[in-house]
Amino acid sequence: MQESPRPDGVRTVRDPLQRIGRDASLGRGTWASLTEVFGRRELLGRLISREISAKYKNSSLGVVWSLMRPLAQLVIYFVAIGQFLGAARSIPEFAIFVFTGLTAWSLYSEIISAGTTSIVANGGLVKKVYLPREIFPLAAVGAALFNFVIQFGILVLATAVLGQFPWHADLGYLPLSIAIILVYATAIALVLSALNVYLRDVQHLVEILLLILFWASPIVYSAGFVHEAIGGTWIEQLYLANPITLAVLGMQKAMWLAGTTDPEQYWPPNLALDMGIALIVGIVLLWIGQRIFSRLQSNFAQEL
Amino acid sequence: MTITDSTAEALVVVSHVSKRFVLHKDKSLKDRLLYWRNRARSRDEFLALDDVDVEIRLGETVGLIGHNGSGKSTLLKVIGGIIEASSGEVYRRGRVAALLELGAGFHPDLTGRDNVYLNAAILGMSTSETDAVFDDIVEFSGIGDFIDSQVKFYSSGMYVRLAFAVAVHSDPDLLLVDEVLAVGDEPFQLKCMNKIRQFQKEGRTIVLVSHSAEQVADVCTRAVVLDAGRVVHDGDVGAGIRTLREGYERDRVAAEEREQAAAGADTAPPIVVNSVSIEHADGQAFDGAPIRRGTDVAITIHVDVVRPVEWITGFTLSSTIGNAVYRLNSEGLGMILPTSPGRYAVRFELPDTNFGINRLVVSAGATTVDGEPIALLDPAGHLDFEDDPYGAGLVQFEARGTVSIDRA
Repeated sequence: MQESPRPDGVRTVRDPLQRIGRDASLGRGTWASLTEVFGRRELLGRLISREISAKYKNSSLGVVWSLMRPLAQLVIYFVAIGQFLGAARSIPEFAIFVFTGLTAWSLYSEIISAGTTSIVANGGLVKKVYLPREIFPLAAVGAALFNFVIQFGILVLATAVLGQFPWHADLGYLPLSIAIILVYATAIALVLSALNVYLRDVQHLVEILLLILFWASPIVYSAGFVHEAIGGTWIEQLYLANPITLAVLGMQKAMWLAGTTDPEQYWPPNLALDMGIALIVGIVLLWIGQRIFSRLQSNFAQEL
Repeated sequence: MTITDSTAEALVVVSHVSKRFVLHKDKSLKDRLLYWRNRARSRDEFLALDDVDVEIRLGETVGLIGHNGSGKSTLLKVIGGIIEASSGEVYRRGRVAALLELGAGFHPDLTGRDNVYLNAAILGMSTSETDAVFDDIVEFSGIGDFIDSQVKFYSSGMYVRLAFAVAVHSDPDLLLVDEVLAVGDEPFQLKCMNKIRQFQKEGRTIVLVSHSAEQVADVCTRAVVLDAGRVVHDGDVGAGIRTLREGYERDRVAAEEREQAAAGADTAPPIVVNSVSIEHADGQAFDGAPIRRGTDVAITIHVDVVRPVEWITGFTLSSTIGNAVYRLNSEGLGMILPTSPGRYAVRFELPDTNFGINRLVVSAGATTVDGEPIALLDPAGHLDFEDDPYGAGLVQFEARGTVSIDRA
């Protein structure tokens, strides 16, 4: 704040009068929201660390718990799908394959599920203090990213231990995949968090949808199975149009060395191009999502 | 917006602001789908603010007062940017700290220290700014060594004290306070009021929502009275409180009349209090202007005794919010009242009155000697007193002050 005592000791405020409230215009409004959130980045950091540290505050294992879930999932899918159903027979290094997909998916699903409830969960703050409200879904994104980094670290460690460390040109798919997941998940979380304020059914619906969508991406089965079953049809095109499917595929391309080098494995053609298009579309959707959020947020304080 | 000279010192400009709330009665998807066709019926509109214009200048302390539901908290939230106005514009500058609900940003599982930093960040302070005042915050809150335990183990008083301490150390240009000073123990309340006075001296601007007329009269330099979303008074504090109290009294009288109408006529009591007249002790009637300090006042209760009974009569002077300020009855004065039926006037004289309350409501009643109530006239009238030019409180004096070198 720019303030300095006048010679006569009277306090002055040099900032000009500014209209409060959101700018409804498209470009300027987004820019204003962005700068507003950027101005509160320190608070954003604190909210993220609150989210992480408060969650495991009274547990002795702490953050280890956030790893238990993906590890348990890994064991279940490795045993049930890989061994009993025999998927591991045609998918080399099945454990790395599954964990790669799970890592990508848990980032996506965690952002969406935590983001959706973020405004309602912080209702006390939203009702009492003015903050750029995007900060709450963004804090959920940050906390999910933190878990992702840990999980990804374990994945890297596992590839090194198993002698499958993915040091190859296809690593370029990795940032693209993560970017796609972040952009889409954030856009969805923004819109759903705002809708959830008006209609609490949204958070329950999201849980169910995430459960279904988990199976709509090649996480525990490979894209080859899909190609064998519905290859060349419009359904396959639809399947591959799912940005998260593309992100999971890109992630596998980068991290799953055994699959990339195995000529038997099926990879959709033009994967990099499709991912690039998906990212651009995602950025547009993120912008639209922010506009929707901005429009809906004006009534948050009275709807909570 | 261009800033004209007249608004150069304004910190907040509220211009033609209205706020319309839509009350939905259905909340779930099922309800909305089921009642899709007649969804208009499940909406209720409510105008919380109706074309409000207020300008708050630098260094002012403004009290927002009004009945419950008059829109004062809504106005505060609109100024704070928490609620967006349905129409109209709000302009503001400088850093705002909203004491709307203390500790709204506290997380029970984090320590006091973590929460101080989190809450300070919510109020817009950077980490280095918080570091600089951290010790002052702990000192002011009186939390001491508990600062490193989780706030869920705090008593509610400690919670509030810590939150208030953070808010007042956030160096705000504009402090918004909503009904929060009522919590905490008395020494802490005193500390808060002192802090608010210090803020005033430093030229900070304060907007205070309060039900306590005393608190508003105590600290505010200006009162804005809201009634049903409209500004009915803006300016002098004393006049504002009177406006508010007249509103309270009007409501109270209306409620009582409804009650009496509902109760209907009961068996005739042996005594009826007809009326109460209030005049100068020398028999002169008041002209309606506020009464000066030192005036001798006479209060006469006009009573009909219908059946023979031993009785006591007296009156109570109370504030408009119902706190008794003074009571007097015939028994206390050792008066012996006639028991036979007839019409009597019982006169009480209060020489040299020095009430400091702007308006006193007079009620008069009669009881049996055992104290069983027989008749009551409430309100029977009212007394308006002039503002004390020097002090404030329930009484006033021709106060004097001197200063000299203390050689003791």
